[in-house]
Amino acid sequence: MSPVQQGPLWTVLLVPVLLAVLALGGAAFARVLDARADGRRITGSVLAAPLAESGRLLVQQRRSVVASDRLLARTGVVLVPVAAVLAALVVPLGGVTASDLSVGIVWFNAMEVVMWAALWMAGWGTNSVWGLVGGYRFVVQGLSYELPHMFALITVATGAGSLSVAGAVAAQDGLWFVVWMPVAFVAFLVSALALSFAGPFDTATGRDVAGGVLAEYSGVDRLLLLGGRWLLLAAAAAMSVPLFLGGGAGPLLPGWLWTVVKTVAVLGLLVWIRSRVATVRMDRFAEFGWMVLIPLTLLQALLVALVVLARGAPSMGGM
Amino acid sequence: MVTVSIFSGVIFWVCAVGAVVTGVAVFRVDSMARATFALLASFVFAATPLLLLGLSYLGVLVVLMMIMEMVVMAVFMIMLMMNPAGLMPMTMVHNQRGSLLIAGGTFAVLGTGVFLVDWPQRRGEPAPDVTFALGEALMGSHMLVMLVIGLGLFATIVSSVVLAHPRGRYDRFGDDLKGRPADDPIRGSIG
Repeated sequence: MSPVQQGPLWTVLLVPVLLAVLALGGAAFARVLDARADGRRITGSVLAAPLAESGRLLVQQRRSVVASDRLLARTGVVLVPVAAVLAALVVPLGGVTASDLSVGIVWFNAMEVVMWAALWMAGWGTNSVWGLVGGYRFVVQGLSYELPHMFALITVATGAGSLSVAGAVAAQDGLWFVVWMPVAFVAFLVSALALSFAGPFDTATGRDVAGGVLAEYSGVDRLLLLGGRWLLLAAAAAMSVPLFLGGGAGPLLPGWLWTVVKTVAVLGLLVWIRSRVATVRMDRFAEFGWMVLIPLTLLQALLVALVVLARGAPSMGGM
Repeated sequence: MVTVSIFSGVIFWVCAVGAVVTGVAVFRVDSMARATFALLASFVFAATPLLLLGLSYLGVLVVLMMIMEMVVMAVFMIMLMMNPAGLMPMTMVHNQRGSLLIAGGTFAVLGTGVFLVDWPQRRGEPAPDVTFALGEALMGSHMLVMLVIGLGLFATIVSSVVLAHPRGRYDRFGDDLKGRPADDPIRGSIG
């Protein structure tokens, strides 16, 4: 397989387009699953619902709240989709990447963490108790999954001997990381769901707090928040492919098509979990995160480090 | 003569001015949330010039750590330090005369230093991996010592939290350590 290379500048413009298509597909699949669970027939309108909803939100009037902190609210709302697109910049499509950063894995993590600040600001900004509670919930939940998430990324970087995504793909020539880092892969998927406050981790926008962060948002603001959440889920699904599933490696088909196939499969799995698993209480997830995920991911990192040492580390610092 | 491309020059000055402006904003705004995120913006502006130096790892890491740190700080500051939930207007300025003197003095010392120091000229080419070179220049042969100290510090933090915590496993699981689920004041089995 040819190594991942930096694409021409215009590929940067392609990233948001592809990510939006992927996110729309994921949202449509979620609608299909919901319709099936409700016993409704799956028609064209179910499939088109995310697009129709986006259009409706675009023309809907913005709600304004007395004494809201408009600066922080707007910043937070805009940052949600922007962070998702920036995170996806380092994801290679087959053998081409829009941005071949030498520290792509750290970059991806940094852009994910922007979500913390963004969602908290969005929750705070509307001067609504529900929004504030939702923002706090998102950050509190973050304390449970962020360390396992980082350990999962560190495990990949250790196995690859590189912090670049291209390096991670190159290191999987032969054996995919998911085979000998299954715990890191699972931790990555769990935190991907949690970072996009989806499925079992949707307490930040929970019904018990009247929609939480979303409570006071309507119109284009709501579209940016809801769309941004799907964009980030799609970005995380796409990132899991170069990190754990060998990037564009695969028989017969070209690299870019394998990347798409794997990304769609991972996104489908995430959406399925999102639709089928009930919301997990934050305190229970805190216990799971600290007592199960952190020890397991640490052990996984130790194991990978020992394997890397045993087979003779590639030259350190050759990032 | 060091040649600096116009592009990186523009980025540097935008970040420099941005860092100062948002830094001033920390003390001018009347809300804890705005002060926190103004400080975060200032840190991010300060981290970007690291990228210009080719220290991409350090630059991105500073951004990552500062976002996490400031968000967690916002939560705790607003919960614990400010009057009702941090929702009331507040000011970050305390001991105005003293801090003005200290800040002015520090700025004067550092500013004079910039012009007095005999800055070295570049010899040769920059290392291929600047982050690695910087780490070696800073730590040199003390790398192992510093790593051990890091572990020691972390172990100290964990053990001091464990020692300071008023409740132990006997409070949680009973005298025979068999009580399940644990009897916790806060659910989640970590309290």
